[in-house]
Amino acid sequence: MAPLLDRVQDYLPLLTQGLWLTVAVTILALVLASALGLVWAILRTSGRRYLSGPARFVVEFLRGIPILVMLFYIYFVLPELGIDLTAFQAGVIGLALIYSCYIGETFRGGIEAVDRGQTEAAKSIGMRHGKMMRRVVLPQAIRIALPPYGNNMVMLLKDSSQVSVISVAELTMQGKMLASSTFDNMTVFTLVAALYLCLTIPLNMVMRQVERRMGAAR
Amino acid sequence: MIRFTDVHKSFGSLEVLKGIDAEVAKGETVCLIGPSGSGKSTLLRCVNGLEDYQQGEIAIEGARVDAHAPSIHQIRTQVAMVFQRFNLFPHRTALENVMEGPLHVLGEPKAEVRDRAEDHLRRVGLADKMNAYPASLSGGQQQRVAIARALAMRPRAILMDEPTSALDPETVGDVLSVMADLAHEHMTMLVVTHEIQFAREAADRVLFLDGGCIVEQGPAADVLTSPQHPRTQDFLRRVTHPV
Repeated sequence: MAPLLDRVQDYLPLLTQGLWLTVAVTILALVLASALGLVWAILRTSGRRYLSGPARFVVEFLRGIPILVMLFYIYFVLPELGIDLTAFQAGVIGLALIYSCYIGETFRGGIEAVDRGQTEAAKSIGMRHGKMMRRVVLPQAIRIALPPYGNNMVMLLKDSSQVSVISVAELTMQGKMLASSTFDNMTVFTLVAALYLCLTIPLNMVMRQVERRMGAAR
Repeated sequence: MIRFTDVHKSFGSLEVLKGIDAEVAKGETVCLIGPSGSGKSTLLRCVNGLEDYQQGEIAIEGARVDAHAPSIHQIRTQVAMVFQRFNLFPHRTALENVMEGPLHVLGEPKAEVRDRAEDHLRRVGLADKMNAYPASLSGGQQQRVAIARALAMRPRAILMDEPTSALDPETVGDVLSVMADLAHEHMTMLVVTHEIQFAREAADRVLFLDGGCIVEQGPAADVLTSPQHPRTQDFLRRVTHPV
């Protein structure tokens, strides 16, 4: 076998390609999941049963499905219903749907943790629900929800490896293919793990910084 | 100005207001006193629809207060509220807190709102704290910002729910003196308070609530110095001679 450094050099271009795809899947899924999660949270805290009921049902429904099954369903079943998606699209949508539930619950926790006196003060100056949410509740809820949201981000990044099962060539998939063609399991998967850590460790550090800064602004 | 007619309110099976009849006239300061659990805060919160009531009527200049009707938003812009725990918006400065309502609810021009907000903050003695966040202010300072926030709405009346109960003793005086000034300028105020001394000096009338009923009401000097009802006598004895 070639020396370790040469092999690493051989593997890195493919793995880096996978790494970028992992980043792309994660960012797209995160944006979608956050937007959708905010919708779930706002519906669930609206205080109107015809909004909060259905939202709760959808969240519990989606959350009860394993990510792998969701991905298989979107990638293999939807085409039979006439909805053709690329593996990349299916992967992003599947992750976004599942994570919208986790993130939605995180946001809901933040909204519900805002002191009741705040909504009363907002109401007492004549604010309607929408403006109260935008100007008083959400700015405070975001601060409260930030640490668990950061956890969601890291979990989503790691769970993006699951889209490899529907042949999205992200980091884990590239690693699996490299390993099976070179039989150099140890080097390849060590590199894969290291590359994930290159993303997750800085991400955690950034989150800590943001939390500190937001805490200081109070 | 504010008229209560046979107001009843229950939380589930617990009846907390059992037929309240009273009136607050324009320019009058009325203090609501009574033991905890007597329903005074609940009564106050019904006036701007933070609580609903099941029977009777609360009317502000003839307009019925209904917590579930769209008109409640309009009513709340005319009847300001000061809370026991201040409830300032922690993510906004003192000045922004005061500007919030006129600017973002009433939609008044920003320059004018800012001038007025600064005036109100100066008037409550906080000229040097305009850009401070609530967390950096003492309780008494926060409550004075809250009073400025209420005044900035140019309300017809201000409701105050135990405005000095959550304060450190040394900051109570500043808040009470701001309240007394407002009373002397004939701001219409309904104040739930345990500060008997303040009620005696600043209030025009006093309502004594016990067990969800108004037991006694009248000019502050009469009710507080020579109460007629035994329950009022007993209550005043306890709060003025606590030992």
